[in-house]
Amino acid sequence: MRNLLGGDNFVTSRVDAAVGWARKFSLFQYPFVTACCGMEYMAVSGPQYDLDRFGAALPRFSPRQADVLFVVGTISQKIAPIMRRVYDQMCEPKWVVAFGVCTCTGGFYDNYSTVQGIDTIVPVDVYIPGCPPRPETVLQGIMLLQEKIQKQKQEY
Amino acid sequence: MSWLENIAQKFPGAVKVLPSPAGENVLEVTRDALLAVCAYLKNEHQPGFNFLMDLGGVDYLTFPQPRPERFELICNLFSWPQKVRLRLRVPVPEHDPVVPSVTSLWAGAGWYEREVWDLFGVRFKGLADHRRILLYDEFKGHPLRKDYPISRRHPLVSNEKMSAPGSNGQARTHRIKTPQPGANAQNMLLNMGPSHPAMHGVIHLLLELDGETVESAEVGIGYLHRAFEKDAEAVTWTQVFPYTDRLNYVSPLINNVGYALAVEKVMGLQITERCQYIRVIMSEVSRITDHLTCIAASAMELGAMTGFLYFIKVRDMLYELVEEITGARLTVSYVRIGGVKADLTPTFADNLRKILKELRIALDELHKLLTRNRIFVDRMQGVGVISKQRAIDFGFTGPMLRSCGVDYDVRKAEPYLVYDRLDFDIPYGTNGDNYDRYLVRMEEVEQSVHILEQCLQQIPGGEINVDHEGRVLPASEMADYGKFGRTKGLLQIEALTDPTLSGGNSRLRDNIFPDNKRAVLPAKEKVYGSIEGLMNHFMLIMEGYGIAPPIGEAYQAVEGANGELGFYVISDGSGKPYRVDVRPPCFALMSGFHEMIKGDAVADIIATFGTVNMIAGELDR
Ligand code: SF4
Repeated sequence: MRNLLGGDNFVTSRVDAAVGWARKFSLFQYPFVTACCGMEYMAVSGPQYDLDRFGAALPRFSPRQADVLFVVGTISQKIAPIMRRVYDQMCEPKWVVAFGVCTCTGGFYDNYSTVQGIDTIVPVDVYIPGCPPRPETVLQGIMLLQEKIQKQKQEY
Repeated sequence: MSWLENIAQKFPGAVKVLPSPAGENVLEVTRDALLAVCAYLKNEHQPGFNFLMDLGGVDYLTFPQPRPERFELICNLFSWPQKVRLRLRVPVPEHDPVVPSVTSLWAGAGWYEREVWDLFGVRFKGLADHRRILLYDEFKGHPLRKDYPISRRHPLVSNEKMSAPGSNGQARTHRIKTPQPGANAQNMLLNMGPSHPAMHGVIHLLLELDGETVESAEVGIGYLHRAFEKDAEAVTWTQVFPYTDRLNYVSPLINNVGYALAVEKVMGLQITERCQYIRVIMSEVSRITDHLTCIAASAMELGAMTGFLYFIKVRDMLYELVEEITGARLTVSYVRIGGVKADLTPTFADNLRKILKELRIALDELHKLLTRNRIFVDRMQGVGVISKQRAIDFGFTGPMLRSCGVDYDVRKAEPYLVYDRLDFDIPYGTNGDNYDRYLVRMEEVEQSVHILEQCLQQIPGGEINVDHEGRVLPASEMADYGKFGRTKGLLQIEALTDPTLSGGNSRLRDNIFPDNKRAVLPAKEKVYGSIEGLMNHFMLIMEGYGIAPPIGEAYQAVEGANGELGFYVISDGSGKPYRVDVRPPCFALMSGFHEMIKGDAVADIIATFGTVNMIAGELDR
């Protein structure tokens, strides 16, 4: 399609912007929920914080249908391959959100069983720190992701 | 002669009564006699010890006092309905770490024994299934041994392996069971989890299906093993609190309280009455949030999204209330050894009453929506049944056990804090199915509301000091005064702690801490306002000076939201715990899960799993 429109010119960048705009408001997330952060994940999708306002309310439990991998909670060495597997199964374009410090850096678990940050296993787009992050922080993270999606060069 | 000595006499040379400063019943048993002693205790002894509450290991490699052998096996037994506890300690030599398995007596022992093998490398003779349980086959060594370095990792995936394009073949998931040759060839094996929407992330079920019916099942756990017990040995006594928050993150306050009570038991510390009430209040708030979450989630998984929305709304109000007091919604770290972090705020009682009113409305609505809803009832009634006897064999506690008709609740059986002064009922069911568990939980929420109302009435005040001019200072200002040395008169001033940093606008905390100064951090006002306070604080915080319970051990049980939550702590007299062993309620529950789903349809697993209320944080620790 890009070739058809004649490479990087005015038309494609407008199409890029339009596609980015559409994509950022229809985020289908795959919640990979393992631990305590999941409680705040529930709160975010609950009525008070209402994830629906960002077009991101509908979780997809099949990696094939998801755009954003939400890694929520501690990733242990034992579950790491499974998370990687889920990531590999997602179709492009895809993004990853690290929800909570455990996923960002390992948090305060520095021991034999925990992975020190999921970016050692999969590429991460947005880091949401906090143990657990407050719902407001999560919403900010989602807005940052939307900004990133809007600005990036679109594949289609 | 005490009954303990009677037992010792019955097995001369094999059983010894051990002294216990914490006032517990402790026997030392040789490993050869273990099986015979356990059989006697369970079947012949009066009272009979029908519950194996906890089974764990200890490595005494670096213990300051000499021990007969390097390892020790710990069995915590409980007798219901006589309410007697007994602990067996079995020395296990390093050169031949083998003990007889007690699975023939208590079905629930299997998982505990696998865990001891996994973490300590002690083998069990007669244990049918001897694989690792929390860790994976590729793991080398046994991490809870004292000579295992805390950060020696055995990663299954790493960046290098992953960076090669398209190399997802390296990502090897863990196999929990190899299909048995000769098993019914028509049956299908189905994996559910570890990443499955209804498996709450981290449980692995391998099902053998005949059509839609579950013929047999195997549960794989350990996907959220975060080494709580190893971490607890690496930090000071106070620093364990944040880790306890994250055990059962749906009711973190109860975990805080349980650990604090266990340490206080070793230290022989008495806390003030007001503080006891505060702990009860916070525990009950936590229990409500836990039950709300459990019911909301299981209703949602059966399609009743409305229930989820109603309950999560109220839960959020409770979270905000908790935040007002503790400074955090979820990971609170509120309790301290000898007290709690901050007093209740002046507006607490009003806010709580308002929320309880909302809660009652939500409960009513949910009753209308679900309790006699045909779809809901059909999917819950007669599903996930477990008999009373099997529940006891597996060591079930909490709402799961009560749904089978056993009204065991730690709050009544062995009242801790001020539960003996409060009037409440223990709801229990008869059928042991999902529906009864749902009803038990709904009623327990009611009872917790009842407890909270009584606490609000009964809680004694403490004096609250106010400055000679009646001033109240914000803590930040107080800190500034302190830094500039303008400390004259600060001691009498009441301080308002910073709401964002230290949990609400709390008052001077003298009235919630015991007089005993061995363990209790002084109030911030004292730290900033006087050199004694500063020194006191410093001494308690610095490792090697601070809280150091005398050499000893204790097991303390509290009623967690899904069953008996026990902490077994050992102190070697230093500033760090020597061993913290947790008895997580859902470990026992999940060890019997395969029996509960047997014979049901695949879709019923969702409903049953929802009412177990498995929390991976405490299951895998
Ligand atoms: S970041 Fe904190 S709250 Fe989140 S999973 Fe890790 S320990 Fe739990």
